Amino acid sequence: MLRIDCPWCGVRNEDEFSYGGDATVERPADHASQDDWYHYVYTRQNPAGPHREYWHHVNGCRAWLVVERDTVTHEIFSTAPASPNLPDPDGRAR
Amino acid sequence: MHYSGFSLLKQALTGNRGWTRAWRNLEPRKRYDVVIIGGGGHGLATAYYLAKLHGITDVAVVEKGYIGGGNTGRNTTIVRSNYMLNPNAQFYEHSMKLWEGLSQDLNYNVMFSQRGVLNLIHNDAQRDAFARRGNALRLNGIDAVMHDLDGVRKLMPHLDFSKNTRFPVQGGLAQPRGGTARHDAVAWGYARAADRLGVEIFQKCEVTGIKRKGDQVISVETTRGPIEAGQVGVAVAGNSSRLFDMVGMKLPIESHVLQAFVTEGIKPLVNTVCTFGAGHFYISQSDKGGLVFGGDIDGWNTYAQRGNLPTFNHVVAGGVTMMPCLARLRVLRQWGGVMDMSMDGTPIIGKTPIDNLYLNGGWCYGGFKATPASGWVFAHTIANDKPHALNAEFTLERFREGNIIDEKGVGASPKSH
Repeated sequence: MLRIDCPWCGVRNEDEFSYGGDATVERPADHASQDDWYHYVYTRQNPAGPHREYWHHVNGCRAWLVVERDTVTHEIFSTAPASPNLPDPDGRAR
Repeated sequence: MHYSGFSLLKQALTGNRGWTRAWRNLEPRKRYDVVIIGGGGHGLATAYYLAKLHGITDVAVVEKGYIGGGNTGRNTTIVRSNYMLNPNAQFYEHSMKLWEGLSQDLNYNVMFSQRGVLNLIHNDAQRDAFARRGNALRLNGIDAVMHDLDGVRKLMPHLDFSKNTRFPVQGGLAQPRGGTARHDAVAWGYARAADRLGVEIFQKCEVTGIKRKGDQVISVETTRGPIEAGQVGVAVAGNSSRLFDMVGMKLPIESHVLQAFVTEGIKPLVNTVCTFGAGHFYISQSDKGGLVFGGDIDGWNTYAQRGNLPTFNHVVAGGVTMMPCLARLRVLRQWGGVMDMSMDGTPIIGKTPIDNLYLNGGWCYGGFKATPASGWVFAHTIANDKPHALNAEFTLERFREGNIIDEKGVGASPKSH
């Protein structure tokens, strides 16, 4: 059982979240090359070790998070909002 | 030593002192014509068919752990060939035909038992979809039988047939030739048969690097020293990305864990393989009496060969909904295997941009049933430097070209296949 520290809700069980995959892939420009789109859609680094990944707190505050987690030990190093446009977790204006 | 009724009798009468090792324990030599990375069922089958069908016997199989310790020994032992899309249908049916003669071919009892596979139907749309699948199977010469409720009752009398159940059973699609095989015996049988043909198998021999010269691999670095190779076949599903990272390539694969479970041994209860259609749950009974079952992958990238509680809860909830009597049983063992989840749910078997490096991976969680055909086509691909018709469409380039083979139709989402 992963315990994910949501910046807004605190530490919650994995089953409140839905996995969103590798957070390091970046969407290419619309007119980028076929190769860029191939890598965006299909290929992944898939490392054994630290991995930045999206999690959706779908059964909680519904925010998307970026979690850095080790894919061998499952240790979680950091949890942060996926978008800078979300309200500040501490309630302060940004 | 050839195994037979006579050898069994002879050993029984002489105190079982004459049994010899199933395969030799050797030190790696400097060079081999072919090095297969990965001593699972697929790698060993590849080595066996290279030696048996293509006359290539200067073959080394290197395995980081022990034979039977990886995914070959971590699955739920189900064998079936009920795939709808043409490339899959032909390939898995070829595998089924190899399974049907495998124990004789290997001179090793893999305990292949064609007890049938039954997929349950719970609603009208599912019946339509399964009828379509069944028709597609029969058009491809593969057996498929649609059962109504009475037919399902005869095969699986202990399902929840009550009026109040959440997902009432309406029928099922069966493949009578499907079934189970003893998974460790498949690894051991292929290892022994390959060894008898001259293949050399090295356990605790982990590949730590791949040395290249231009577009050629010249050697593999291992924990037991460097080994030069004419050709290198990679059959390490679960860890394909790590191996190809050594040559600077990213694959259309994510690694996920799939769990499997075994209950305490009981008298015969489940005499076919049965899958729940309103969730993801599959169950069979081993010859020892334990119920062997599983469900979905945990659903997030991991290389840890262990599963987690939320998925266990989910799998068991599905099982108990389908077959309430399971709630009375104790689970004895649970384990996890790391899967190559490919981006279309279909394996990749073929050439790579590196001339003498070949990939066999992306098995998602359907690799066990494919073991014989996987080795058979991979051996052909390596021996001829081009794929066989049966794996011609399982290329790595298919993703770039848009020729994906998406049996489940869920797109580039590895956790959903």
